[in-house]
Formats: sequence, C-alpha cells, structure tokens
Amino acid sequence: MELTAGDFSHAGQASSQIKQMLKQLNIAPQVIKRVVIALYEAEVNVIAHSYGGKVTCRINPEGIEIHVSDQGPGIEDLDLAMTDGFSTASEEIREMGFGAGMGLSNMKNNVDSLDISTGKDSPTKIYMHVAFTSQGETDHETG
Amino acid sequence: MKPVKRPFHHALAVSEATCRGCTRCMKNCPTEAIRIIRGTAHVHPELCIDCGQCLTACPYGAISVEQDDFSHIFSFSHRVAIFPAVFIGQFPEEIPESWIFQSLLDIGFTHSFESEFGADILKAISPKISTYAPRKPIISSYCPAIVRLIQLKFPSLVEHINLMRPPMEITALYVREMFSEQGIDPQDVGIFFVTPCAAKIADIKTPRSDKEHLFDGVINLDYLFNLVYTNISRNKKELEQADPAYTPVSRESWLWSVHQGESSSVPGRTLAVDEIHNAIEFLEQFETNSIEGLDFLELRACSQGCAGGVLNPGNKFLTSERLIYRPEETTRSASQEAPKDIKHRTKRFERKLKIDYYEPHGTDALDDDIGEALKKMNEVDRLKQQLPGIDCGLCGSPSCSALARDIVQEKASFSYCGVLQLRKNKSLMKDIWGNKFRTEN
Repeated sequence: MELTAGDFSHAGQASSQIKQMLKQLNIAPQVIKRVVIALYEAEVNVIAHSYGGKVTCRINPEGIEIHVSDQGPGIEDLDLAMTDGFSTASEEIREMGFGAGMGLSNMKNNVDSLDISTGKDSPTKIYMHVAFTSQGETDHETG
Repeated sequence: MKPVKRPFHHALAVSEATCRGCTRCMKNCPTEAIRIIRGTAHVHPELCIDCGQCLTACPYGAISVEQDDFSHIFSFSHRVAIFPAVFIGQFPEEIPESWIFQSLLDIGFTHSFESEFGADILKAISPKISTYAPRKPIISSYCPAIVRLIQLKFPSLVEHINLMRPPMEITALYVREMFSEQGIDPQDVGIFFVTPCAAKIADIKTPRSDKEHLFDGVINLDYLFNLVYTNISRNKKELEQADPAYTPVSRESWLWSVHQGESSSVPGRTLAVDEIHNAIEFLEQFETNSIEGLDFLELRACSQGCAGGVLNPGNKFLTSERLIYRPEETTRSASQEAPKDIKHRTKRFERKLKIDYYEPHGTDALDDDIGEALKKMNEVDRLKQQLPGIDCGLCGSPSCSALARDIVQEKASFSYCGVLQLRKNKSLMKDIWGNKFRTEN
C-alpha cells in the first residue's frame, strides 16, 4: 500500500486494512491491537516526515511481518529518535495532533522485533514482526 | 483461557409466508447477519445484534418483535411496570403524566417506575460510580445492541464497556430490594420492562447469570401505548380526579435515554454518537487509532437514542422534543436532586450494581486455525476478483465480498451470482451496462 507524503487525511488506512485481515484470521484482539498501534505509528511517520513510501506485509500462521519503506530523507540520529518525547515534527504537524515524539518507542513497545535501517539523506526501511502466539503459550508448548 | 461463548437470545423473527426475499433487510443489516435462502430472509443468530434495522427496512411487515402475553402480569400479586421516559414522550403534552401513571394502574399494574429512576439511585449512592471500566474512554452499556456489536465486531474494545448496570436494571434491583424489606415473598413480585426496542428484549432474555431474574417479562411499548391511550380516551373524567403515587425522577436522569442525555450527565469530556452505522464508523476509527482525551462515549443503535426505538409509535424527533419541553410538572425540576435517602439500599443491593465483565464474542474469523483462515482469506480475495462487485444481493448474500466469504465457508455457491449468469446474454448486457460490460472476468 502506497503512502503519500503529507496525506494526513488518509493516515490509518493501511493499519485499518491490516486490522480487518487479522480479524478474519482469528488472531487474539490484544495481538491485533499491538500490530495496529505499531503500524499506525509507522504510517504517520512516513506521511509526516518522508517524501512518501509504502507498506507491505506478509502473514503466515506464526506471525505478521511488516515492511515500511520510504524515499528518505532518513533519520539522522536513530538513538535520539527512539527516545520518548523526542520530536522533529513541525509546529504545523503538532497542531494536527501528530508528532508527540512517541512514535518510534511506541512501535518498539508493541512489536516482537523491530529493525530500522536509516541514515542522513537515505531512505528509511522498517521491519517489524509480531508473533501470533503469545510468549506464555510458546513456553507452554516447548516446556 | 478461552471464555465459553454463551448464545444470545434474539427477539426479531421473520415470517416466511410474508417475506418476499426482497433483500432490503439484508442490505441494511449492519453486521451482515442476513442471507436470503430460498426466497426468505434468514438471520444468523451469532451475528444478529437485534438492532431492528431489518424491521425498519422491511416494506412488507415480514419482520416482527416477539411479545410476551400481557396477561402474564396477573400471575403475580405485585405487578411492577418499569418503563423508559420515552414512553411518556409518545403522548401529547395535554395528557398529564398523572393520567399515564393512573392508567398503568387501571390496566393492571400495582406499581410503576420510570427506568431512569435507576440513574438517580446511582447518583445518590455516589456521584463517582456511575461509570466503571478497566479502560478509558468508557463506553456506555445503556444500549444492548451496541454492547453486542462491540462483543461481536470489536472484541478488542470490550474492556471499555461500562460495568455499572444501566438504570433500568438498577431500578429493578431496587424494587426487588424494596419488596424484600417489606417482607413480601419474591415469588409474588413480577417486574415487567416496557421496551422501546428489540435489543432490550434480547438482552433481558439471554440466559446470563448477571441479568437473570431481574425481570419477569417484557411488554412491548407500542402494545402498552395502545392500552394506556385507550384507557385515557375512555376515562378522562375519572383520570382528572386521580392522584396516583409515583416516584419522581430528576430532569437530568429523565433525559438519559435520548441523544446526549447520558453523556451530558457524565463528568469529563464526552461524546455521543447515535444510529448504528454511525456507531460502527466511529468504532472502526476508535479501534485503529485510539482517541485521546475522551472520558466517556455514549453510543446508541437508534437515531435519536431510545426515542428512535422501533417499538415507539411516535416520530423519534417529536418524542425527543416532547421529553425536553414537556411542561415540568410539580415533581420534576431541573434543580431537583436525586433522592438523598435511598431507603432500600443495603450492602447486598450495592454489591449487585456492577457486573463482572463483558466477554468478547469475535465473529470475523474465517477459521479457528490461523493457517486454514489464511488459506480461506486468499481464496476469498481470489473470488472477489471474479465477482462483479455490484453488490446486487440477488445471490442471497449482502455483497460480493460476503458471497465470496460464504462460498469459502461452503454456505453458498459461485453459481449463485445472477449477474455472472446474465452476462452470458451478451447483447442484453451491453444494452444495460454499455461499455462497462466485461465479457470475461
């Protein structure tokens, strides 16, 4: 799914579509919620900060892989960007209710693995994975 | 731990003899619960939320709301009617409330209460406990169709549903407590709810430990309206002299069931959404991008709240207006405080005011097994590409997507698509669809 820079009016469409799919797959509501929160954040980031990008996802019975990529300009200091409350969002974007500086940490807290490749003046690629079986149940099966 | 799903009771029924299979109800059903099978509408019991949209949509009167036999009230020596304030709103202002209360006695009840009295009881006990849920914003539990909608379609939001009982239930608990303190055998007390909609019947009659035994029966509002109106038109003289005793409800609580009635009496930032399709659109958004800053959501399945209930004979806008502007009678004023001394409040009573939890009943899954569901989802996508996307409903499913799901779940066949059958007649189809007619898929 394509994401257009500055198209805030359609923010949430990708997460909503994936939510509908996961509901059909009998995924636990709490897991769906985590996927939706993380993806929504990623979507808004692309719309707010990049030159545009896209979301693709791959679902298998174990979990969902989400790839979000954009055409730059990249995140200069990723560690700083991961800090709660850090934001480079313009006043205009903040006034629209976005850009609180919780995006990346919110993503990290809701997925099982997160991998971000980025750099100054380069595209950003985000990989997220959420497992469908919770940790507790996996332990139970292996133990 | 997977909670056991308890089946819901349903109050709407389709008459096979009257139904023409016209598809109107099917297309209006917000949960896509209806299919036309062999020319008759069938309601899927696991998907129906008893909102009544189908009944409103049916031009042939083929859908009806179940009705208890009124004479059942006479099986009890103490016969209590609990009715919503919208009942009063059905009557023109020239008819004083005292006539209505007296008429309820005349037709056979021994006591009557407005269900909104429960809101006053709650306020009197503690202004802080009118809402309680594990997560904010709290969603009102007042409308049972909305509660079911959330359980079925938005299971991740069940933790937002208010666990405090709605006013009608609190009133019923209070009445039971009142009689029990008077030493009256509970077996002799019959409490009947006067319902403006099918959803409340379905809710009351669903066997559930937390609702069971609250009401002994349900009287449909239109039926009672006829009885009361007949009594009023025949006995005006007597009614003018009558002075029935009744428990007044504060003005604020009285407006609880109309649009923005409940939300305006809950502290904090609140939002009210009425009509089921609006509620669904709102919940979709709420579920994807949780809304910041709101404390309370009043969601109602009917337009104009309970004034729009399918069993109300009057116009919903007029009903709301009458409730808001009905001349204030001596007992009801804007400043009136809830009764400070709720006489029959015991610890036992207070403990019953809250229910434990609402269970999710998610119904969107194509299969219990994720792998199987994935396969089916891909198959649904493939079929959707082949179907015309016109959503005509001729196949008996509400949309092409729904037909695709039904085919995958072996409830329908690809050959049911009438449009694809018609497309075999190329010249006819070209006449109807012009260049948009595709000969191949």
